[in-house]
Amino acid sequence: MVPLSWYICLSAVIFGIGGIGFLVRRNVLIMLMSVELMLNSVNISLIAFSHYLQDLKGQVLVFFVITVAAAEAAIGLAILVALARNKSVLHTDEITEMKG
Amino acid sequence: MTPKIFFIYFAISMTFMSVMVITRRNPVHSVLWMIGLFFHIAAVYLFLNAEFLAAVQIILYAGAIMVLFLFVIMMLNLKEEVVAPRFIGEWPIGVALGIAIITMIIYSVFTIQPGPVGEHTIEAIQKTTHAKAIGSLLYTKYIFPFEIASLVLLVAVVGAIVLAKKR
Repeated sequence: MVPLSWYICLSAVIFGIGGIGFLVRRNVLIMLMSVELMLNSVNISLIAFSHYLQDLKGQVLVFFVITVAAAEAAIGLAILVALARNKSVLHTDEITEMKG
Repeated sequence: MTPKIFFIYFAISMTFMSVMVITRRNPVHSVLWMIGLFFHIAAVYLFLNAEFLAAVQIILYAGAIMVLFLFVIMMLNLKEEVVAPRFIGEWPIGVALGIAIITMIIYSVFTIQPGPVGEHTIEAIQKTTHAKAIGSLLYTKYIFPFEIASLVLLVAVVGAIVLAKKR
């Protein structure tokens, strides 16, 4: 039997890598993928807790996280397409419209 | 012992794949590493007796969301992406913040006190298959959040069409 803390450590590592990817990459597409990575790591820890506490509520919550992730991907990619069409930029440090 | 060996394999390969996702220069390679990572995550769900969620993970994430990413990459012009710098100038700060978050969570993990155990034991779930158990909970107790989730998806559909259409 694998201890619960191992799953939480794995989830924390993937969450941190996703956060690093969101902070350091210039490409907006990769930043969106890093957000997906972070949501997936949260799903791992939710299912691990649900298994070890023998309660299905955590797995019901995973459904809603997956739903929100799908909506977020659709909206984020639509914003990305609009950005690429109107400004033809894809990098975060080139989007300086509000810098003044 | 065997589950631990399998878990260590999955942990190492998942960490490697997520590092690959955030460091590849070509976004298509990132998406392909991400699909491999999602298959590994589905395998971890199978470890945790969540068969239905493993199927949902593969169908919805690896099948739908990643294909959406690939379609968008196809629509965009990524010729300059291969030569442009990958990271922002302040990348050491981001890496330090991420490592700080990881160490903070891992440091606090070992003091977790698990709460009281619920009524869905492994035997009870095996008696009424996993999909049926989770469905009966989703459609009775959590029917109102379920309806709100459908509303979120409707807003996403309308918003995506409005944002991406030609003006």
